[in-house]
Amino acid sequence: MLIAATTALLIAMVLTLFRAIAGPSLFDRVLSANSFGTKIVLLIGLLGFLTGRPDFLDIALLYALVNFVGTIAILKFFRYRNLGLSSDEIASREDTQ
Amino acid sequence: MIDVIINSASATLIGAGSIFILIGALGLVRLPDFYTRMHAAGVTDTLGAELLLLGMMLQAGLSLVTLKLMLISLFIFFTSPTSTHAVANAARVMGLRPMSGSKDILTSNENT
Repeated sequence: MLIAATTALLIAMVLTLFRAIAGPSLFDRVLSANSFGTKIVLLIGLLGFLTGRPDFLDIALLYALVNFVGTIAILKFFRYRNLGLSSDEIASREDTQ
Repeated sequence: MIDVIINSASATLIGAGSIFILIGALGLVRLPDFYTRMHAAGVTDTLGAELLLLGMMLQAGLSLVTLKLMLISLFIFFTSPTSTHAVANAARVMGLRPMSGSKDILTSNENT
């Protein structure tokens, strides 16, 4: 069952990658990148079980963290064109918009 | 006996999770609009991921591995709706309109 799940996950990753390349808008790409990250976390876990070494789960946990922060960072960058804005600067930009 | 039960439960959960992940990926490719594609991504992130992790947890037994799987599961459970909301909010603020279901509105948009 682990092999079947890994195969299904790989097929799903190919489909997600297709949407990330073909997606008409930026948000489609961000969404599929986020989804791809979740699938990578699951794939790392499954591969750990498949090879009998579930120690890879630390990497999977780290990947989940990086995935979330990366998604939020991409969205913040494309909204404000700047990653180092403080909350005060963001509030002043919101006022001018 | 208990091994058989745990193994079959784990196999069922992993199988159901991979089916949900396939459905989500198929929806991500086939659905017509960004806001509808978000539903498909949601299926993958919640049901698919949680079922797969639950199945792996049953397979691991009681150990540190289960704790790590629980942490991953909890983290995905909280961050995936947050990031989906952030993407949807950003799309709406930046002016991406949802596709309207009505045919009249579609044709009138093309005319204007």
